[in-house]
Amino acid sequence: MSTARAERLVNLVLALLSTRQYLSAERIRGIVPGYGDAASDEAYFRMFERDKTELRELGIPLETGRNSAFDAIEGYRIARRDYELGEIDLAPDEAAAVALASRLWDSPELTGQAQGALVKLRAAGLEVDDQAPTVVEPRVRAEPAFGPLLAAVQNGQAVGFEYRRSGSPERIMRTLEPWGVVSWKARWYVVGHDRDRGATRCFRLSRVTGQVRPVGKPGAVRRPDGVNLLQLVSATSGSAEPSPVTTARLWVADGRAAGVRRRGTVVGRSTIDGEEGDLVEIGLYFPESAADWITAQGPDVVVLEPDVLAKTVQDRLEAVVARQGSGR
Amino acid sequence: MSGSTDRMPRLLALVPYLLARPGIRVDDAAQDFDVTPKQLRKDLELLWMCGLPGYGPGDLIDLSFEGDTIVVTHDAGMNRPLRLTGGEATALLVALRALAETPGVVDGDAVRRSIAKIESAAGQAQPAGVVVGGGVREGKKTARTREEVARAVRDGRALRIRYYTASKDQITERTVDPMRLLIVQAVGYLEAWCRRAEGVRLFRLDRIDELTVLDEPSRPPAHAHPTDISDGVFRERPDQREAVLVLDPDARWVAEYYPCEELDELDGGRLRIRMRYADQSWMVRLVLGLGGEALVESPADLASDVGRRAADAVARARHLPSTCDH
Repeated sequence: MSTARAERLVNLVLALLSTRQYLSAERIRGIVPGYGDAASDEAYFRMFERDKTELRELGIPLETGRNSAFDAIEGYRIARRDYELGEIDLAPDEAAAVALASRLWDSPELTGQAQGALVKLRAAGLEVDDQAPTVVEPRVRAEPAFGPLLAAVQNGQAVGFEYRRSGSPERIMRTLEPWGVVSWKARWYVVGHDRDRGATRCFRLSRVTGQVRPVGKPGAVRRPDGVNLLQLVSATSGSAEPSPVTTARLWVADGRAAGVRRRGTVVGRSTIDGEEGDLVEIGLYFPESAADWITAQGPDVVVLEPDVLAKTVQDRLEAVVARQGSGR
Repeated sequence: MSGSTDRMPRLLALVPYLLARPGIRVDDAAQDFDVTPKQLRKDLELLWMCGLPGYGPGDLIDLSFEGDTIVVTHDAGMNRPLRLTGGEATALLVALRALAETPGVVDGDAVRRSIAKIESAAGQAQPAGVVVGGGVREGKKTARTREEVARAVRDGRALRIRYYTASKDQITERTVDPMRLLIVQAVGYLEAWCRRAEGVRLFRLDRIDELTVLDEPSRPPAHAHPTDISDGVFRERPDQREAVLVLDPDARWVAEYYPCEELDELDGGRLRIRMRYADQSWMVRLVLGLGGEALVESPADLASDVGRRAADAVARARHLPSTCDH
């Protein structure tokens, strides 16, 4: 931005802040320095339009209105109470939290926005040191779809997007009435009413591909009362610490499969196929996925109990041999 | 923030900023705004030309310089910062909510108080429709580890840890000099100088099986640099090998979970990927665990290792302990 334009914009803000009367475009041209340079009426109006857009993009609440019923045209002013940041005072530990939060994002766009907020908080007289060293540095990632989806939630507008389900190459178009964007265990989801399914659905933002398009008019979507967004997502993605559903008895070759050993308890010794090993008992939380990590151990682990797990592991190993050969 | 697009927010914030800090040094102010002192002086010169209609001596913003310090003598009505935009309030408040959900980082009470204050100051700009929950994926044991590690980092003490290295499937004892505690994508890591490996390492907290705080201070060498985690915690290393795998639909999660290059979409929803790995035995375990839902196309020694381990396992399971003990 040129120095002349920056100077003109600051003067425009000061003039509009200082007036109770709405100032017409003509009057602004007469009093704010810089507009006098416009070569023609048309050049002035173009310049003024661009400046108004700039002020609105900065977040400045530009009011339009008439001073009296007899005024033929609308004028402009900035209401001080809408322009100014509310009174705020932060204790040192609160300021430290804000400083840490401002560098939490893993996205340049959101980091820039958070830095913008810090500039204003400092201008309100707060001391916020975002360079201070900290013991813990958390990071939060935001997917590209975060911004557009949040905007749609806030505008009450339906959205269309392409979605890729887990384990499938297919990209399916979804139309969603979004109720909220939810972060659960550092993964982002959008929750809402899926128009295609006619039901409440959660979508992971990392699986939204391509552009998020607004569908229909803003204000058309309203979140039903009593909806708990976090509950909807956490119910879909599983609870934190379940209890083991079954106990498995495994043989583990000596000096092998450290990852399996650290999950269980050694209860005895045994020899299989001439190999010495330990008998290990393990509480299984997800018997289905247990077959995966036990199969991964190859000949170092043999399932003794339960039979159903032993059978599943054996089937998978045979499937590997069928697919990959026996390596000989 | 030195780009021209950020000049307007800075110009609008400068006068209230200086009013709150009479006599601040130019260098200190420049640092707070993340610009050079030269740029800050240019901004001040510009503001000095601005003011209220009339633009006479009593209407213009007036600043007085004394040595390298600044005092605002007339603010022309610009005495408070502009309110937060929706984007700024969202970025800060959502980050604070994430912080409140991440235990052990800062005092949770302080975070909640700051959220309430910023929400109230932000007014209408506060983000509706965003909820943050469960900032850390950890069990009770890992939570205890995290608390002990955080204390060691804060107190600057060395640690003796019993650590499970998943890539090598080994448990080792190490003495480490803690540098910082990181929480990336809800998983906690200790970054430390490992005296055994003589390098900076990231240790996943849920793989620290035992931990002793030592009496000696944490003393990472001067050349121990923090890990760049801007691209996540997986890093490519020069000694890594490359495998080409074909994933069946049920194994496609591998492409999402590990950094890899997607080569071709094949018929039946299969996907061909190229993936780098440092440790052959780790890669063998990964493919075996996929239970026939993946095919190793290259390298040949990886393919034959996978097949041989599977065939050996099938043979071994046929010899149950009871049949050996007689």
